[in-house]
Amino acid sequence: MSPKNSTAVKKISFVSGRAVPVKGNDLDTDRIIPARYLKCVTFDKLGDYLFYDVRFNENGLKKEHALNEKKYEGASIMIVNRNFGCGSSREHAPQSLLRYGIKALIGESFAEIFSDNCTALGLPLVTGNKEDIENLMNFVEDDPVSEIKIDLEKLEVVYGDFSISIKQPEQTRHALIEGSWDSTSELLSSLDQIRLVRSKLPYLNQFKP
Amino acid sequence: MGKTLLDKVWELHRVRTLPNGKDQIFIGLHLIHEVTSPQAFQMIREEKLKILFPQNTFATVDHIVPTDDQSRPLKDPLAEEMLAALENNTKESGIKFFDFKSLKQGIVHVIGPELGITQPGMTIACGDSHTSTHGAFGSLAFGIGTTQIKDLLATQTLALSKPKIRKIIVTGKLDKGVYAKDLILAIIQKLGVNGGIGFCYEYAGEVIENLNMEERMSICNMTIEGGARMGYINPDTTTFNYLFGKEFAPQGEEFEKARVWWGSMASEPNAKYDDVVEIAGSKIEPMVTWGINPGQAIGISKTLPDPKSLPSNDRETAKEAYLHMGFEPGKPIKGIPINVAFIGSCTNSRISDLREAAKIVKGKKVAPGVKALVVPGSQQVQKAAEKEGLDKIFLEAGFQWRQAGCSMCLAMNPDKLKGNELCASSSNRNFKGRQGSASGRTILMSPAMAAAAAIKGSLSDVREFL
Repeated sequence: MSPKNSTAVKKISFVSGRAVPVKGNDLDTDRIIPARYLKCVTFDKLGDYLFYDVRFNENGLKKEHALNEKKYEGASIMIVNRNFGCGSSREHAPQSLLRYGIKALIGESFAEIFSDNCTALGLPLVTGNKEDIENLMNFVEDDPVSEIKIDLEKLEVVYGDFSISIKQPEQTRHALIEGSWDSTSELLSSLDQIRLVRSKLPYLNQFKP
Repeated sequence: MGKTLLDKVWELHRVRTLPNGKDQIFIGLHLIHEVTSPQAFQMIREEKLKILFPQNTFATVDHIVPTDDQSRPLKDPLAEEMLAALENNTKESGIKFFDFKSLKQGIVHVIGPELGITQPGMTIACGDSHTSTHGAFGSLAFGIGTTQIKDLLATQTLALSKPKIRKIIVTGKLDKGVYAKDLILAIIQKLGVNGGIGFCYEYAGEVIENLNMEERMSICNMTIEGGARMGYINPDTTTFNYLFGKEFAPQGEEFEKARVWWGSMASEPNAKYDDVVEIAGSKIEPMVTWGINPGQAIGISKTLPDPKSLPSNDRETAKEAYLHMGFEPGKPIKGIPINVAFIGSCTNSRISDLREAAKIVKGKKVAPGVKALVVPGSQQVQKAAEKEGLDKIFLEAGFQWRQAGCSMCLAMNPDKLKGNELCASSSNRNFKGRQGSASGRTILMSPAMAAAAAIKGSLSDVREFL
């Protein structure tokens, strides 16, 4: 087994930028990135197709959508509602967001597989209660150039004169802050124990007692 | 306090607890396909890693395959690129690839079980959310993302949090014309599409015990649509009988040893669960979805629900659904005309599904103007179906008989809806745009119900055909 090339550990504890509100509950992975764009051997172009069918009609003309509005150009923080990212386990949805330029999401809740995929890519997701999210969306609509600041250490989002408390699963928060969200090297460090567990699995060892 | 199958399998595969609190879990079986693996192999190459246990990894091609013309190069250059990448990657790393030439190619969640690769007591992962299907054998099986595929290839382990467990006990008996698909749609409707988040489901009770393996797979397949990443059914004689003689299952003396061990993995009678739900099997009727997520479902005899009658959290999505589907609350769902009927997908494309659908269409004709297709789940299912003459029954009725692949379930291949076509489908997701057209509309149901809809040309009650 050749050793892994070491890469710089990237610690993430603070994200700030302009925001864009994308309203609606249960926004699923097929909407975030339509299935026909999953046919790619690398992830490079996925950012171009973020929410494609919701933003463009069959002729490629723009529909009404926050991501098409000039005032939100350059936004790197997306604000969403409930159960965002439900549906597929495919990583293309978080990849599409990342490559579009989104650096973090603030929402009411996120689907589980989607959350895991985002963490694995170093894309922080934080949750707030319904009222706070609504207020934040309204603020951003009125003042789209304002900086929104997400502090993972204090678990708070600061915008304008306001500050709201946010939540994030402790493991996820720790992984982002410490830089251990990059999972492979962590897992590889226990190779002996991996082999030991394998040697005791009956179905991989002719069911010997 | 006794242990659940979840407890036993989790403990057996736990390598250690990681600093972040998650467990490092050994994955006994890794299944890969052409959509989610190429980028993982690319990352492996870029980071100069090696595949740790290629012998515990199996590959197939399913999502992008055309179901009519599978000659190479595939007509879609992107699809050809993905297939070629998979061929190259599996060849380079010594991973077994069930390609077209092997005659064992098919949808990943169909071929694992039919080859005897999926077995009780395993941990099974694949870059596809319907990996939950394999839980039907009493295994912990779940979908993962591409970076996790990379972790899995390089370390044969994943960092996971142990879910809570909900036991779903289905009592009584399913009525005639009510199938496993209707049961899982009813369960998701009752518990909600978010109900299972953070949970593993254990399906139990008389109805579950009386299901055959293919029916159990349909149930476990749609577990993820209820929010739970994994769901299983305890292994029993039905499981062992299915596995006996399968190509990759233990043979001879080893089978007997395996059977004993498999049985020992079942949940103990005094095991504790975080939640228990009971469902009355005999109260379920043939189900159809009416909206844009699998939880928006009703019995075929019912009327479309008034959004005001739904829980407040679900009202917005209901209104959005009505807008997309073009339906009216208060109207009966039965009788709505369809344009397309699709029988296939990892949920319902196995031999028993095709047999049930064939019973419905035998001697009848697809309604004028309806496009109907049947897509067997694998080359082996296709062969078995043709041996029984099922293909002739479908063709005589006016169905198209296709080759194995994911097909119209998610339209990453040429099988797509056009415009706002309404499709009666035996698949697992009715999200907007799922079947290839942004305005296309999907109605989920059992394969028998899809067959009935094809004949009538509208949503029908399959019980009238039996």
